[in-house]
Amino acid sequence: MSDKILEIENLTVSFEGFKALNQLNFNMDTGELRVIIGPNGAGKTTFLDVITGKVQPTTGRALFKGKNLRSRSEHHISRLGIGRKFQTPRVYLQLTPRENLDLSCNRHKNVVATLLGRPSKAEHRTVAGLLETIGLTTKADIPAALLSHGEKQRLEIGMLVAQSPDLLLVDEPVAGLTDEETENVGNLLLTLAESHSIIVIEHDMEFVRQIARQVTVLHQGSVLCEGSMDEVQNNPQVIEVYLGQPEEGDG
Amino acid sequence: MITDYSAVKSSSTMRRRSLLIEGAIVVAIALLILFGAPILLTAIGQEFRINMLGRFMTLAIAALGVDLIWGYTGMLSLGHGIFFSLGGYALAMFLQLQPEGELPEFFTLYGVTELPWFWQPFHSLPFTLAALVCIPALIAALLGYLVFRNRIRGVYFSILTQASLIVFFNFFNSQQKLINGTNGLKTDTTKIFGVYAGSDQVQSVFYALTVILLLLAYMLCRWLTSGRIGKLLVAIRDDESRVRFSGYDPTGFKVLVFAVSAGLAGIAGALYTVQSGIISPKTMDIAFSIEMVIWVAVGGRASLVGAILGALTVNFAKSILSEQFPEIWLFFQGALFLVVVTVLPGGFVGWLRTEGQDLFRSLIGRPRRVMTYPSLAEDPEVEYERQNLRN
Amino acid sequence: MLTSLLDGLFDGISIGSVLLLAALGLAIVFGLMGVINMAHGELMMIGAYTTFVVQNAFKSFGKPWFGAYIFVALICAFLVTALLGLVLERGVIRHLYGRPLETLLATWGVSLILRQFVRSVSWVMVLGLGVFCVLYFGAMTIISRMPNVEKIRGWARIVLLPLSAGIAWAAGSMLGQTYQLAATKPWFGAQNVDVTAPGWLRKGIKLGTYQLPYVRLFILVLTIVCIIGMYMFLQRSAWGLRIRAVTQNRSMSACLGIPTKRVDALTFAIGSGLAGVAGCAVSLLGSVGPNTGQNYIVDTFMVVVVGGVGKLVGSIVAAMAIGIANYMIGANALSPLVSWFPQLAGILEFFANASMAKVLVFALIVTFLQFRPAGIFPQKGRMVDA
Repeated sequence: MSDKILEIENLTVSFEGFKALNQLNFNMDTGELRVIIGPNGAGKTTFLDVITGKVQPTTGRALFKGKNLRSRSEHHISRLGIGRKFQTPRVYLQLTPRENLDLSCNRHKNVVATLLGRPSKAEHRTVAGLLETIGLTTKADIPAALLSHGEKQRLEIGMLVAQSPDLLLVDEPVAGLTDEETENVGNLLLTLAESHSIIVIEHDMEFVRQIARQVTVLHQGSVLCEGSMDEVQNNPQVIEVYLGQPEEGDG
Repeated sequence: MITDYSAVKSSSTMRRRSLLIEGAIVVAIALLILFGAPILLTAIGQEFRINMLGRFMTLAIAALGVDLIWGYTGMLSLGHGIFFSLGGYALAMFLQLQPEGELPEFFTLYGVTELPWFWQPFHSLPFTLAALVCIPALIAALLGYLVFRNRIRGVYFSILTQASLIVFFNFFNSQQKLINGTNGLKTDTTKIFGVYAGSDQVQSVFYALTVILLLLAYMLCRWLTSGRIGKLLVAIRDDESRVRFSGYDPTGFKVLVFAVSAGLAGIAGALYTVQSGIISPKTMDIAFSIEMVIWVAVGGRASLVGAILGALTVNFAKSILSEQFPEIWLFFQGALFLVVVTVLPGGFVGWLRTEGQDLFRSLIGRPRRVMTYPSLAEDPEVEYERQNLRN
Repeated sequence: MLTSLLDGLFDGISIGSVLLLAALGLAIVFGLMGVINMAHGELMMIGAYTTFVVQNAFKSFGKPWFGAYIFVALICAFLVTALLGLVLERGVIRHLYGRPLETLLATWGVSLILRQFVRSVSWVMVLGLGVFCVLYFGAMTIISRMPNVEKIRGWARIVLLPLSAGIAWAAGSMLGQTYQLAATKPWFGAQNVDVTAPGWLRKGIKLGTYQLPYVRLFILVLTIVCIIGMYMFLQRSAWGLRIRAVTQNRSMSACLGIPTKRVDALTFAIGSGLAGVAGCAVSLLGSVGPNTGQNYIVDTFMVVVVGGVGKLVGSIVAAMAIGIANYMIGANALSPLVSWFPQLAGILEFFANASMAKVLVFALIVTFLQFRPAGIFPQKGRMVDA
């Protein structure tokens, strides 16, 4: 076994001939915080879809801690220790934030245990602690439908943490947030990065600069380049795909 | 941490106390229906309504099941008539076989001389009692598994359940030799422990049994919906694929809740059969199964009390209206579907929780309850605006 | 043996074509709006009754004209049901957008009302309804022009609804009093009515020992014409393009300026109109009653489930497969083929009648769905997760 938490080899996903991912190779160490950027249609979301089992790869394979993820269903992969946050916040609107977190926090997710088990005191405490971390203690018992967009984003990140996955996949966590909220989410992610491996997909370059150590650029379904933020920013290829013409680079 | 812990503890004792109060109220109501209603109805000379009330309470048991899967989990089954009928047939066959050793009359009519093998175990009461819950539950579990496994849901699930309803209807309707086809099984003239099932004595026992089982069914559903699994069912209704990404497999939960719901329908069907004296494939026509849904919709979905109230009121309204104006009943029922779905999506209980409460508050001169963020409520500016708006 | 198989095949196709005609409108609406219309069968029933009315009107015209009534009836059935569908979409379904299960229940309510309506419709009722609509909607229109409309709308409804209903009721009873039975007698009643096929459709071609009735052939041709018409409409016309666009991606289409609400209304009207045409065809096959639609509804739903949404060809294949399977099993047409295997023949024998055939076909459908849960032709590509 390697210390790689995620290895992706020659991954191709095609939809009726259109290749959303094309011979993608990707590696990530345990404990790393990786930011993936790329223009629209680069295959970022499909990339997450494959890892979480929503889409099956056409060819190639994805290994998580050395285990092949092919033909495992979403819940199985999630139980292996991969958590995902969606682009638009997806929380259970009819439940309260406390119940949302409690469901994610549950360690035994089969039918019988969920049916008979009661939340343990430790889980109660985890939930209470998480509510405080994401700043929703005062709103813990109103339906999540009444939360604002930013609060829902934080709640979903909280749900992700409650799952205590080894690898967090975070899809555009700051879309539609104010600057202040963005910074909060950034700090939250940096705190989480101390104990988790995280992949963040993001468009907001300010935000990427705030959190990024290692950046991967996707383009047309494959990795264009990889490196630190500065390296990536000065890479002529990246400038070209992002801005079309290199001479407009400073505009 | 220490403060957190004490908060948890105090909230749990609070919960225990409120549960106790709720339990006391529910048991009191059950006792009232058990003893009070028959006395009252006899006093006003409407004895036949006791039987009606008993039957409608069995329907309320079925409504609880429908509420579990539709109200809480968001799966609309249009095939609950199957499970209802299976329960009914199981008990009816037991009764038909009662005077031990005799073959039910209809078999001889069709020239069947030996009891078909699958009816053999129905000589035994324990088996029958288990079967009338388990057979519907198992069939629901199987059908549910085959459907949910493939992530077929929404209207697809609804019309598949409806199609299976028609399939069962066709099967029961066309198999004269096995289950007496269209005519169904009569229970009135059968004997249970040496007493005619249609007699007042047996009927009042079944009335009591219905009240008790309704109470138990309510408690079961209350337990299911208040625990973690109840929240999970709501989560499945809200966003099923999100549930998957949280590490739960919705299939198992949906199969479970569908099976429980079918089991409840089976119990309801058995109790109903004895109190109405007959079970026939008519309980598997399309309309009856959809009616079950409308009971829940009228009462208020995702509310157990709503389901029970809905089943009782809609059926009483039906019996009164269709006695008086048989023509208008269908118009009324159709309009009921339309109105409940478009104007009152939360049903009666849902209305009570929102607008009804506001109306009540405004009647007694209290300000309307405003749903808002706690922080917003503390905001002096908002408070000022609200003062002004109220005039 | 071969001829009996061919007979079976043709009978199956002809059952399938009725099914397809009935399912076509349903499938298009379902593909576009994700809505299952439980009143679809009742729209068919209305189409059949329209045929009955047109036929009676043509009877008074005399012999040469009578033969042609069926074409007029087809057009009338289409128009009447399309109009009804439009009203249904505007009045009910539009308000339930995005809640398919509720739509299902609401349309069931509509189907109950329609069934009772044809049973008890009479001049009194029509007049009453007319008066009510004129008064209520007229008054509401006038009120909606007033400046302070938002304030008084609620009250206006509460006042106007019983008022116009009362006036309508009074007008109806007055009519009933003056004309007595002539006005209160139901038009159709609860009994079934019979549509006589025109003379030229009552014969048939003899193919060997097999009598091929013209009626079946007519329905087959009608189905083909409807499908080609629908195909041309969807592929070649501007509105067809819009319908396809909305079917594939509703929100994107809305952003591009396609009037999605009008597309919905139009599609629903066309789907309903097709139900009317199907009803007209069905009326040629047997007597017509208020519950006629119920006989077809579940089978047509199965066509939609098996066929998948988004492609007409899926519905065609599914309808034919279900029709042929139903007939083959029901008529025990397959048992000669498996005579070498008595157990299987015995099983087939057990299912060899119309109702038991449905049992087996349903089992086959559920089995099929284990392999293709989204139907024969699912919508492919990147799906927006709903």
